[in-house]
Amino acid sequence: MTETLAPNVTYGPPEGYAAGVTRELVLDLHRRMVRIRMFEESAGKLVESGDMPGFLHLYVGQEAVAAGVMSVLDDVDQITSTHRGHGHAIAKGAEFRPMFAELYGKTTGYCKGRGGSMHIVDMNRGMLGANAIVGGGIPIAIGAAFAAQYRGDGSVAASFFGDGATNIGAFHESVNMAAVWDLPVLFICENNGYAEFTAQGNHMRLDDIAERANSYGIPGVVVDGMDALAVRAVAKVAVDRAKRGEGPTLIEAKTYRYFDHQGIKGMRIPYRDPAEVEAWKERDAIRLLEVIGTERGLVRPEDFAATWAQTETDIADAIEFARSSPDPDPADILDDVYTV
Amino acid sequence: MNTRELTYVKAFNEGMHQIMAEDPDVFLIGEDVAGYGGVFHMFDGLLTAYGDRRVKDTPIAEQAIIGVGVGAAARGLRPVCDLMFMDFIGVAMDQIFNQAAKMKYMFGGAVSVPLTITTAGGAGMSAAAQHSQSLEAWLAHIPGLKVAMPASPYDAKGLIVGAIRDDNPVIVVLNKKMLGVKGPVPEELYAIPLGVANVVQEGDDVTIVAIGRMVLEATKAAQALGEEGISAEVIDPRTVQPLDIDTIVTSAKKTNRVLIVHEAVQFGGIGAEISSQVQESAFDYLDAPVTRLAAPFAPVPYAPILENAYIPDAARIAAAARQLVERS
Ligand SMILES: Cc1ncc(C[n+]2csc(CCOP(=O)(O)OP(=O)(O)O)c2C)c(N)n1
Ligand SMILES: [Mg+2]
Repeated sequence: MTETLAPNVTYGPPEGYAAGVTRELVLDLHRRMVRIRMFEESAGKLVESGDMPGFLHLYVGQEAVAAGVMSVLDDVDQITSTHRGHGHAIAKGAEFRPMFAELYGKTTGYCKGRGGSMHIVDMNRGMLGANAIVGGGIPIAIGAAFAAQYRGDGSVAASFFGDGATNIGAFHESVNMAAVWDLPVLFICENNGYAEFTAQGNHMRLDDIAERANSYGIPGVVVDGMDALAVRAVAKVAVDRAKRGEGPTLIEAKTYRYFDHQGIKGMRIPYRDPAEVEAWKERDAIRLLEVIGTERGLVRPEDFAATWAQTETDIADAIEFARSSPDPDPADILDDVYTV
Repeated sequence: MNTRELTYVKAFNEGMHQIMAEDPDVFLIGEDVAGYGGVFHMFDGLLTAYGDRRVKDTPIAEQAIIGVGVGAAARGLRPVCDLMFMDFIGVAMDQIFNQAAKMKYMFGGAVSVPLTITTAGGAGMSAAAQHSQSLEAWLAHIPGLKVAMPASPYDAKGLIVGAIRDDNPVIVVLNKKMLGVKGPVPEELYAIPLGVANVVQEGDDVTIVAIGRMVLEATKAAQALGEEGISAEVIDPRTVQPLDIDTIVTSAKKTNRVLIVHEAVQFGGIGAEISSQVQESAFDYLDAPVTRLAAPFAPVPYAPILENAYIPDAARIAAAARQLVERS
């Protein structure tokens, strides 16, 4: 069926994708994911306890997607992100100190306290910004890819967005244009099954969003978004293709967010079955990778434990840094409206 | 009239319930408005009461959401299309300003577009630059659109009903920081006509024209000024398009001093229009320049300390009013 309906779509990573996995790779992916998870859990608690302002869309559950994709990107490669952007920033190499400082609204934050959670940026790491407008980052990513193609610098761009975002015009316009121009860009759809409180089945007729690639004549790939190695494998294929000048790929990573749409707890009206949440947690991406790493004898449990412990220390340090950083000065409120 | 205290959002919600009960042509669409009742509780209970033919969740597709409203309105229905945060209006703007606003005129009067767009604007919640804007002047600039900005529970109910009964495209901008504000609201269905200002408080020394949530701050400021012996008149235009300039000019002729307050940026804001019209109509009565107090020309910042400096408040309104009075 899939062959006639979606000739461009493949399912799952290439065969043997997990062969030849090294200790370094497992530790690298693991570290990225653990850093995301622990950052998100502490940030969520700090907002819910009233210590930190604003509101957060937490990435917990989806870590394998950011980790897998970023592991095949370099600092010169650009990404655009979403309202649920902390994970992308962290996996791309953003540091805890300016991230927490930004969430606390301090001058030492990534945006000098101007932007907050939904606008984290790190131009040194190719993090072209989180985005509070659904779909807003997708055209920007193809612009970054255009710049790469224009200059011939060999870099690529990747845009992250949710299942819900693929219903907005900006997605379709961007994928089509990138296809026509063979732009070096990866479209990474993190399908967590919900747009806010609306289940996928109520906002589109497709099961596999990767099929949308077919409308634009580019490859689409469905991948297990809880398996960082699988995500990495399909991202690698897409990056290589982009670098050969063959154009974009649409990757759909099936994943899940463990917390509410916004914040940790919520569910004012239950829109997800608790059993569904538990079933996804059974396939937790971090645990999955820890099992693979130890079963293959690549990584000892204490090495994984060391990452968790180090991350905890780094978080405590960053929170302390953020809290003790200076507030912005209201006298500077007009700075940076224009480039002068 | 049987009146009781309701929150702003409850009052709005009651207006929605009652107008939907009254008029079977009214339907509601938007993101998470049905199953979830809207992220701000604006639409609680409507799905249960009116069913999924009349209350529908949409995909994330603002342009199509408004387009459905325009097309259905042109065919005689009375759509309510929700845009959640006012900032998302940009995605839908073509349908709003090129289509909905212009159909009546450019088709020579052949089509009416009785469309209502609901959304929540305003800053003060550390929601940052893309979730905090006040874009009423942008909309009010387009001939064919009307823009309502309820500043009390009474008005939240009356203006949504007035908007839905109006035969033109109307954007109703709730203020998300006012959702829990309480006030007296009649039980029965009533409509506030669009284009009639509310004189919130009468006074003799200075007129404060305030928009949206700034009406609350202006009222607090008027209280403080009163204790110093300055009598301030507070006017809430309720709709910035159409603008009830007569009520403002009448007040200006009485007090001889006018201060305009809004949380949208000052440059090109509604305050500029009001100021211009006041001096055109009441120049000889004025004892001081018409003055504006509004946001600086910057996007809304995230850090609470910056955001507090960004939005006018009662203390700054009182200070500005005091200056106008002391000047003459
Ligand atoms: C243009 C626009 N419309 C609506 C919203 C409100 N909103 C924020 S997140 C979201 C759901 C996004 O769903 P999805 O793309 O699946 O991402 P997820 O939240 O699941 O990561 C919505 C509707 C928005 N921020 N921007
Ligand atoms: Mg989603």
